[in-house]
Amino acid sequence: MSKTDAAAVIELRREHEATEKTFLGFWVYLMTDCVLFASLFAVYAVIHHNTFGGPSGYDIFRLPYVLIETFVLLTSSFTCGMAMLASQRRAKNVVLFWLGVTFLLGLTFLVMELHEFRDLVLQGDSWRRSGFLSSYFTLVGTHGLHITCGLIWMAIMGIYVWKRGLTDTVRKRLTMLSLFWHFLDVIWIFIFTIVYLYGRLNI
Amino acid sequence: MNHQPLVSEHDEPQLSYGKYVGGFLASVTLTLCAYWLATHGSSGSYILTGVLAGLAIIQFGVQMVFFLHIGEERGPRWRLAMACFMLGVVLILVFGSLWIMNNLNYRMTPLQINQYMQSQDNL
Repeated sequence: MSKTDAAAVIELRREHEATEKTFLGFWVYLMTDCVLFASLFAVYAVIHHNTFGGPSGYDIFRLPYVLIETFVLLTSSFTCGMAMLASQRRAKNVVLFWLGVTFLLGLTFLVMELHEFRDLVLQGDSWRRSGFLSSYFTLVGTHGLHITCGLIWMAIMGIYVWKRGLTDTVRKRLTMLSLFWHFLDVIWIFIFTIVYLYGRLNI
Repeated sequence: MNHQPLVSEHDEPQLSYGKYVGGFLASVTLTLCAYWLATHGSSGSYILTGVLAGLAIIQFGVQMVFFLHIGEERGPRWRLAMACFMLGVVLILVFGSLWIMNNLNYRMTPLQINQYMQSQDNL
């Protein structure tokens, strides 16, 4: 191996290590975000019986609707994975297609959630009604806010992929976006179980 | 940049189609099971509560492994270590809060509760 080749390998190794550090840093952010959600879950678990004479989860949750929401989000997590596979093969148009599908599914989820919130507020069960509803709107709303941020990020990444192609930087950012999106689906498992299914069981 | 294949291809974790499909199908099945149990079970059952929590934890594991690729990294497993630490913090936070708040309720005497409620009525 010539001298210049060795230098090139060292340079590549350095780049690779820098990428690994970026991923690790993003992972640290995701883990701290877990703590944010954990505190909101703790609040919900402590005060969800405090309905102040208002409705409980059993009265207001429409489970079939929530099940469809769950499947929409789960499918979007899967299609996000498909986009990552295409990114690894450096197939630009396939990445754009799957990113588009993921975006539309994410948007559907967000619209469904906002529709649910709107119905609750219109029938007088807003966050001002009781401790239970305050914590419910805070927990589920925070998740929805993350989804909104993810959608904005995804739209920007779509433009990047379209304009610049799958450069190393763009692929690195796509990987982080996919981590974020899968992470939001993981949080939703617990919202679905603890808020909606436990609400149905009146626990 | 003609030295691309020297390092980068080998160092990237290889994603596979099968893992995503498997994770997706497992998640769908687990969600449907949990949904069916919750809609057909009797309300207030503690066994069912435990079963649903178990299903959620299994699905959490499935998605962590198949979607977030935890445990696939080489060398010092920093991500796995951080995830374990996060799990500890989350458990202490959630169950600690529940424990303390239930304990406070438990330690209030009926007299204290009456006084508290009267003071709230007077407001």
